[in-house]
Amino acid sequence: MAAIVEVENLSKTYKGGFTALRGVSLAIERGEILALLGPNGAGKTTLISALCGITTPSGGQARIGGHDILRDWRKARHLVGLVPQEVALEPFEKVINTVRFSRGLFGKGRDDVLVERVLRQLSLWDKRHARTRELSGGMKRRVLIAKALCHEPQVLFLDEPTAGVDVELRRDMWEVVRGLKESGVTIILTTHYIEEAEAMADRVAVINGGEILLVENKAALMRRMGRKTLRIDLAEPVAAVPEALAGYDLERIEDGAALLYHYDTRGEGTGITRLLQALAREGLGLRDIETRQSSLEEIFVDLLREDAA
Amino acid sequence: MNLHAIWAIYVYEMKRFFRTIFESLLSPVISTTLYFVVFGAAIGSRIEQVEGVSYGAFIVPGLIMLSVMTQAISNASFGIYFPKFIGTIYELLSAPVNFIEIVIGYVGAAATKSLLIGGVILVTARLFVEINIHHPVMMLGFLVMICISFALFGFIIGIWSENFQQLQLIPLLVITPLVFLGGAFYSVSMLPPAWQTVTLFNPVVYLISGFRWSFFGVADVSPGLSLLAVAVFFALCLGAVWAIFRTGYRIKS
Repeated sequence: MAAIVEVENLSKTYKGGFTALRGVSLAIERGEILALLGPNGAGKTTLISALCGITTPSGGQARIGGHDILRDWRKARHLVGLVPQEVALEPFEKVINTVRFSRGLFGKGRDDVLVERVLRQLSLWDKRHARTRELSGGMKRRVLIAKALCHEPQVLFLDEPTAGVDVELRRDMWEVVRGLKESGVTIILTTHYIEEAEAMADRVAVINGGEILLVENKAALMRRMGRKTLRIDLAEPVAAVPEALAGYDLERIEDGAALLYHYDTRGEGTGITRLLQALAREGLGLRDIETRQSSLEEIFVDLLREDAA
Repeated sequence: MNLHAIWAIYVYEMKRFFRTIFESLLSPVISTTLYFVVFGAAIGSRIEQVEGVSYGAFIVPGLIMLSVMTQAISNASFGIYFPKFIGTIYELLSAPVNFIEIVIGYVGAAATKSLLIGGVILVTARLFVEINIHHPVMMLGFLVMICISFALFGFIIGIWSENFQQLQLIPLLVITPLVFLGGAFYSVSMLPPAWQTVTLFNPVVYLISGFRWSFFGVADVSPGLSLLAVAVFFALCLGAVWAIFRTGYRIKS
């Protein structure tokens, strides 16, 4: 399938000399959720700002829906909705008016049916006549999403949609984003919450120091990078790891009540069978065993560590 | 041309005005009334006539100019500065709108507001003095051109300003003195000859003089010169806006 957003060698150096993007290339497929993951100052917001027209790139090019963002900017921008990181709303304006304003700004005539649908989708319909300053933080963010959606964009950029939002609201927001994906919108989401990328993304792009370190299918990434841990609960605690098991990189936890075995799913064999046999030979009884996959967060930390090295 | 966007900006800005319609109109009406009490009744009783026009009527065009210029500037500068200040400017930058369309929306709204205020002041003034407008079409022409030019000027100030103090700086330090010294409340011919010459370097003199000519048919400088002054000021502001558009000055990084 053709990519809806194509970024080629995009760079940005600000006036002060700070280089925020160093030749970023990226292709985003139609209908997917791509999580752009990176620490603070990695270049996530600059990349989005460059694609949305808020900042002018210093080099490279980008196309949205096949339209060059600089030469064919009007057509490109018609396809894009942006939800910024900071909650920025005119405080005295009513919700419905601010949403109608956004639609007009994107060159679309008034459409009350559509505006109602968007506001209902975001559970804002009851608040349509409220002034934006009267809303809670979570609702303000929804208003920003409503503003970004009311001109029917094909690509939605969500810059840190859940920064500073409590856990419950964050989960609500995820539901909203999943609903948007189902309606066919391509979503690019920046976040530094790995949990968020893990919960929502189809693919993950990791950016650091203005460079894309990798772009990969989330599940594949977790498989590829994934280290697994086998937790062995022993019937009787052991005072130390038996010498015969010294070759197995075992970690004794909970005063010897359990052992942790780290292994790599990418290896030829995991060594589990041999380990279990060795445990039996040593006469250690097992009460329970459990495996756990490393989270995206651990993968991410590893990646950044490799990048720094 | 993204006409929907221009209209959206215009309507949004006008709504702000109508949301505070009472405050928006009350303050010019009150200040006009105060000027009439102070200049018209207290001082005017000692001056009586200026160039064949009663002093009370003579100051009306100047009063309208004073309000219209300051209102056009403050409305337009605030209109574009506020989105920068609260961060909603992101939407203007990411929308399929170019800078000229943004300018038309904001400046159009600011000019309309100041035009309405000018009208209200004229109506208020008629409660106090008899006014016959000699050249109504020219009067309206001058008024509209000045509203637009000063709204453009205000827009530029709004773009340039980085804080609220800067927003107030030029209107307070430049415009208000120029208007007061530009013959809003007196005829240039009332000044000593040396000051008459100095006054002619004040561009506002030409604007007020032309506007007053459209009311009473009398002027400090020729009406043609006034028209030229308005046109030059308008062209300068338009040029500055164009330069901002070309360079993205203080809007885009």
